[in-house]
Amino acid sequence: MRVKVALFATCLTDTFFPETARAVVRLLERLDCTVEFPLDQTCCGQMHFNTGYRELSKPLARKYTDVFGSYDYVVAPSGSCAGMVREIHPTLGESPPRTFELAEFLVDVLGVTDVGAWFPHRVTYHPTCHSLRMLGVGDKPLALLRAVKALDLVELPDSTQCCGFGGTFAVKNAETSTAMLADKMRCVLDTGAEVLCAGDNSCLMHIGGGLSRLRTGVRPVHLAEILASTEEDPWRATP
Amino acid sequence: MTNTAAREEILQRIRSAQVPAAVPVVRGYNQKGPGGVELFAERVADYRAIVHTVTNVPEALEALKGKRIVAPEGVPDEWLIDGVTWLREPLSIDELDQADGVLTGCAVAIADTGTIVLDGSEAQGRRALTLLPDYHLCVVRQDQIAASVPEALQLLEPTRPLTFISGPSATSDIELNRVEGVHGPRTLEVLIVI
Amino acid sequence: MARNPVTWLGSPTFPKAAKEALNDTQLRQNLRKATGTIRGRRAAAVAEMTDWEMLRVAGEQIKDDVLARLDTLLVQLEESVTARGGVVHWARDAEEANRIVLDLCRAEQATEVVKVKSMATAEIGLNEALEAGGVQAIETDLAELIVQLGEDRPSHILVPAIHRNRSEIREIFQRRMGVEVSDEPADLAEAARVYLRQKFLTTKVAISGANFAVADTGSIVVLESEGNGRMCLTLPDTLITVMGIEKLVPSWQDLEVFLQLLPRSSTAERMNPYTSVWTGVTPGDGPQNFHLVLIDNGRTATLTDSVGRQALRCIRCSACLNVCPVYERTGGQSYGSVYPGPIGAILTPQLMGDLHDPLAASLPYASSLCGACFEVCPVRIDIPSVLTHLRAEVVEAKGRTAESVAMSAAAWIFREASRYEKAQKAGSLARFLAKDGKITSLPWPGSKWTSSRDVPAPPSESFRAWWRKNRCQE
Repeated sequence: MRVKVALFATCLTDTFFPETARAVVRLLERLDCTVEFPLDQTCCGQMHFNTGYRELSKPLARKYTDVFGSYDYVVAPSGSCAGMVREIHPTLGESPPRTFELAEFLVDVLGVTDVGAWFPHRVTYHPTCHSLRMLGVGDKPLALLRAVKALDLVELPDSTQCCGFGGTFAVKNAETSTAMLADKMRCVLDTGAEVLCAGDNSCLMHIGGGLSRLRTGVRPVHLAEILASTEEDPWRATP
Repeated sequence: MTNTAAREEILQRIRSAQVPAAVPVVRGYNQKGPGGVELFAERVADYRAIVHTVTNVPEALEALKGKRIVAPEGVPDEWLIDGVTWLREPLSIDELDQADGVLTGCAVAIADTGTIVLDGSEAQGRRALTLLPDYHLCVVRQDQIAASVPEALQLLEPTRPLTFISGPSATSDIELNRVEGVHGPRTLEVLIVI
Repeated sequence: MARNPVTWLGSPTFPKAAKEALNDTQLRQNLRKATGTIRGRRAAAVAEMTDWEMLRVAGEQIKDDVLARLDTLLVQLEESVTARGGVVHWARDAEEANRIVLDLCRAEQATEVVKVKSMATAEIGLNEALEAGGVQAIETDLAELIVQLGEDRPSHILVPAIHRNRSEIREIFQRRMGVEVSDEPADLAEAARVYLRQKFLTTKVAISGANFAVADTGSIVVLESEGNGRMCLTLPDTLITVMGIEKLVPSWQDLEVFLQLLPRSSTAERMNPYTSVWTGVTPGDGPQNFHLVLIDNGRTATLTDSVGRQALRCIRCSACLNVCPVYERTGGQSYGSVYPGPIGAILTPQLMGDLHDPLAASLPYASSLCGACFEVCPVRIDIPSVLTHLRAEVVEAKGRTAESVAMSAAAWIFREASRYEKAQKAGSLARFLAKDGKITSLPWPGSKWTSSRDVPAPPSESFRAWWRKNRCQE
């Protein structure tokens, strides 16, 4: 039976990284899911909530329940936003629908680790804090990456240390955020990887923004894009 | 003496906070452990205490000969071997400070953590006795070794002055690396009697 | 009510102090080394325990029970201590506590007191108050001694001199003790031993804190490593113990939980070298005068906050500091408080009780919300949740600001998909700012981002625009 899934693209990915959301659609459809994208969706309210605007986040949490409430499964290409929905929305008075981070959905719900992907690059993986500690995705993303054909996975030193993004932390405490970023970049560069993979475009935008500024040539790529890539239809760097 | 107004105000503030009752405590952690002489000896040694397993205490005390050693009330007569200058109570702080060491028994030991516990009863003396001499030799009987911290606490009388000792005096205050030997006895030697 | 001197007067906000600290190469190096060491050792000490999570849950539950029955348990503690020959004093705030302790010192005609490391006395600024009253307090914990001799401020809960490396400590000791010493930690420890020995043997009054107080027996518990604690708790005639009212456990059995949680979380040891337990006065053994000073100093105010009160479970192990990526880089002094790091970021503003204070208001934001602190906390304080809770209170206290206006506007846009889509389209025009697919410079506040990071150029088409074009059959 085909599994019906609602895609919660997240505002950041919808706006800045459409290729990630397209990759999720391609990947899930390849795995026999029916993917729907309710156009009424906007934002989970995480930025507001985490910055102290709890009251402003409430209508956004309500909107999320309204938009996705009828689905059995909602999948988001973000550990952070999925964590916001699962852990925080209930504290705002909502009963959100079952919402999964992509890797969790693939491994726990669809029961697959080999998604038939092909990605001939040297990759290192950064476990983002909320996927690791809020959702507890553990090594599911790594299991998925290990099953990707032609992918050369190299371990990231001090991988569980925060990259320094932290939402508005990155601007409110820009200097400290940058210091954390510098150490994360050092670890990434030490691996000799050409691609930095993670399950959150927010963290990737932060680390990738630093890697780009320094002209390191290392490219941030969302997990969904790697898993969507096949020999017939390989991932291509967007310019 | 006691500031009644402050007392009443603090208690009143606590009551007006109206903290709801807590859930009952679930003690799902281990009450017991593997225990045993070997584990105890291994764990004591881990913290750079010197450990010996012996069957005869007086024979094991030969190394004390020629030294000035404090022996608290209640130390068995057979431990007080010839050739050692035994220092007995009453002892001044200066006398304790100048002693070469102290010989004691213990109340309880803990295998899991390599700890000995003194409670000031027989063969242990008041707390200063085991603090000022730079060398502490502690005799632990096999039957005094509790497996775990929970087991040990049950065997102790809380209102006695208790000292839990795990290895010699140490500090981690310089670069968070442990080094042995600060204010307490810099050498701890444990005799386990089997 | 008197202002709580939890923070150092004149301290800048966290971002300002952090900016400065980040440039201190020596500090960065010292902290990287020290926190890296202890992180690894703690992980190993905890991995050894198969029942660690059950211990954490029990620790949380026992402390929650203490907070729920705090009035009853404090009265019980008072009775138990009094019955065993101790005297209990109550202090509403720092000033009252300091006056009680100073009066007790004067009653003993003491001009010098030896001190065991204590966060409670640091919080109330006791040393300064005693000095103003003509009593010299001598810190005997090695790290506290380094801070005191260096005329420095503490930067860590457990190891106040963590920001100093061995050669800096050597320099302080040579200058202040007038001795030649190498920078070997063992030699430095020996120098402290010699320096303090006579003080221990001759000083008549000692002041300590307490790690735990057992309500039903009246027993006070102090964990330490060096033996300076035992010296202070055993040799003087008079012992004054200052403790926060939340440091209770209901019964003796409860200690079995904390004597396992605390050493592994703080110094990463199975057990710390020395733990002293005493109950009132024991004839013929130890101090014959015992005073217990119970301090509130903002704790009862913290207790009224249903989310924030969990900070009062804290057993001051400092595991959260050691794993915090922010603390590791900024050091403890940036927090402007005796309580630095993640626990300080939630405890300091609550004890101060004034979110209009710029420093207090900046502390809940001194975190990327990575959650490493919650993961290691032995009493399961959900620090990230308390941080966001306090941020909401800060926002409320600040009222209308440029930020709040922008946040309201963003929320208004997000409430309707049509508005959001329009904003998306307008925003995508920013791609004309981009060169080679990236934006390298934005006006304020975007400049805070682009000072160190590029921004990807917005794509010509959002995902929803693509979906509309390719997947909708209108």
